Amino acid sequence: MYALQTEDLTLGYGEHTVIDELNLLIPKGDMSVLIGGNGCGKSTLLRSLARLQKPHSGGIVLDGEAISNKPTKEIARKMAILPQSPVAPEGLTVLQLVKQGRYPYQTWLSQWSEADEKAVQYALQATHMEEFAERNVDSLSGGQRQRAWIALTLAQDTDIILLDEPTTYLDLAHQVEILDLLFELNKEGNRTILMVLHDLNLACRYADHIIAVKDKGIYDQGKPEDIVNEELVYQVFGLQSDIIKDPIFGTPLCVPHGKGRMVHAREPADV
Amino acid sequence: MTKYTSFRMKTLSFLLDRRAILIIVSLIGAVILTALISIGIGEIFIKPDAVVKALFGYGTDMNELVVKQFRFPRIAMAILAGGALAVSGAILQGMIRNPLASPDILGITWGGALATIGFLTVFSDKANALTVSIQWQPLASFIGAVLAGFLVFILSWKNGISPIRLVLIGIGLTAVLQALTTLLMIIGPIYRASDANIWITGSVHGTNGQDVLTLLPWVVVLLILLMVYSRRVNLQELGDDVAKGAGAMLLRDRITLLFISTGLAGGAVAFAGGVGFVGLMAPHIARKLVGSSFGVLVPVSALVGSMLVMIADLIGRTLFSPLEVPAGVFTAAIGAPYFIYLLYRSRNK
Repeated sequence: MYALQTEDLTLGYGEHTVIDELNLLIPKGDMSVLIGGNGCGKSTLLRSLARLQKPHSGGIVLDGEAISNKPTKEIARKMAILPQSPVAPEGLTVLQLVKQGRYPYQTWLSQWSEADEKAVQYALQATHMEEFAERNVDSLSGGQRQRAWIALTLAQDTDIILLDEPTTYLDLAHQVEILDLLFELNKEGNRTILMVLHDLNLACRYADHIIAVKDKGIYDQGKPEDIVNEELVYQVFGLQSDIIKDPIFGTPLCVPHGKGRMVHAREPADV
Repeated sequence: MTKYTSFRMKTLSFLLDRRAILIIVSLIGAVILTALISIGIGEIFIKPDAVVKALFGYGTDMNELVVKQFRFPRIAMAILAGGALAVSGAILQGMIRNPLASPDILGITWGGALATIGFLTVFSDKANALTVSIQWQPLASFIGAVLAGFLVFILSWKNGISPIRLVLIGIGLTAVLQALTTLLMIIGPIYRASDANIWITGSVHGTNGQDVLTLLPWVVVLLILLMVYSRRVNLQELGDDVAKGAGAMLLRDRITLLFISTGLAGGAVAFAGGVGFVGLMAPHIARKLVGSSFGVLVPVSALVGSMLVMIADLIGRTLFSPLEVPAGVFTAAIGAPYFIYLLYRSRNK
């Protein structure tokens, strides 16, 4: 089963084409990660899947129906998007932020139904943000702030969550914290997650499915352990590297070549 | 969720912020109290209880005349115009996501100014008498203000409305409108220029009951419409992508909100002239009091705006009595330093 698919999707800005006639299937219930070099179009692709950007041609199918035919509120009940580095207005509390994820369910007479309250409580719980509910978003640390935004998408109560580089600007500990949270939501909450990640090693560890974007299309896709190798890293990122096994998780681990301090002579990689 | 009370009744449900409600109630009290005192102060001093009696028709003939004919309409206009300008600013600041936005910089006020001066110039005969009734002036001002808002909107259209383009074009249009206004004042009859100047500064002097009754329903209807829309403003404040992702129809919402904002500012400007900086300051003070949640920000901004104009008017007509200084002088006197303070603070961010 597929959560989302694209049909001959062409994307771009003005005359400039970024993605050309792409047919892509996003597996349901999986954690999928888009990888690729800077400016390869992976963010553009994610944004267009979330209907934030109009395609030049082709379309996107959600639940067997083209999204261009569906009311935007109905889509918002099935698919949530967290854009890259969102900014909350000054003085907004976490609860006020998360509450707004309920927008697609509300009318102007019903702005806080029991279902709304439950969904918001669940979102705060799942992201471990209950104790911060009344704190201002701008007073939180980077990791907490990102969890608050993820809570907003959770309150939307959708089967699909798209995230554009959810770990940008976070230190390593917070990157792991956010990805762990998304992993739980995917494995326990049974949600389809599709995100753009920059860190290839973390992508390999958390993703069920990796999609490598290159040359206005897909270079390769599949399980990280099946497709991530020296050749892929070279083709997609233009980088020479050794791929070894992650000593803890057994997933592919990319050690880039290049310059640097050499402490001992280079040994052949043991894979 | 200790700060909040859930309100549910069949299909009706809201989450109420108790502290905000307390602030709104206190502000309403403060506005009423200030109004009573302000009505009492003037050449003839009337005690607040006598003001209440006069308002409800139990006062002396003299008091009733002063209160009902002269002072009450003026104070009511200060409340209405201040509230309308404040809310207009709150909408723009939320939508543009910039705390420095206000109806003054979008050219709305100056559209009204140009139309007013144009009206005074076009309809003056050789003897400098108006050829049509002065009662038409608010309509001319309103049309000018709304046209200016509409023009900004059309000019900043490019596959939708981007807030930053809206601001830049607003600033540009303001400069053009200011220049045209000055030109008309210079080539027009001299004594019209002094009328025009008072109008541009903004004053509630000479308001009559009919003016208040004309503006009141307009402001009330727009405010109700806005309360319905407040949820959408909250969502827009999170940014275009988040709002669209959550199912907002950004373009439709923006057009409606611009319409409400322009309508409110235009209405205020039509009767009270270009009272400056209220649309900038009031939403700011309100945000400090209750945060940025729009459903409570609107009433609090309105009340703060009413207070500001009412107090500015009170100072203007008492401090240099018998000379009257337009209320706009005092809102600008507080507003300009406040604006500089805001700029200074945003510089350090």
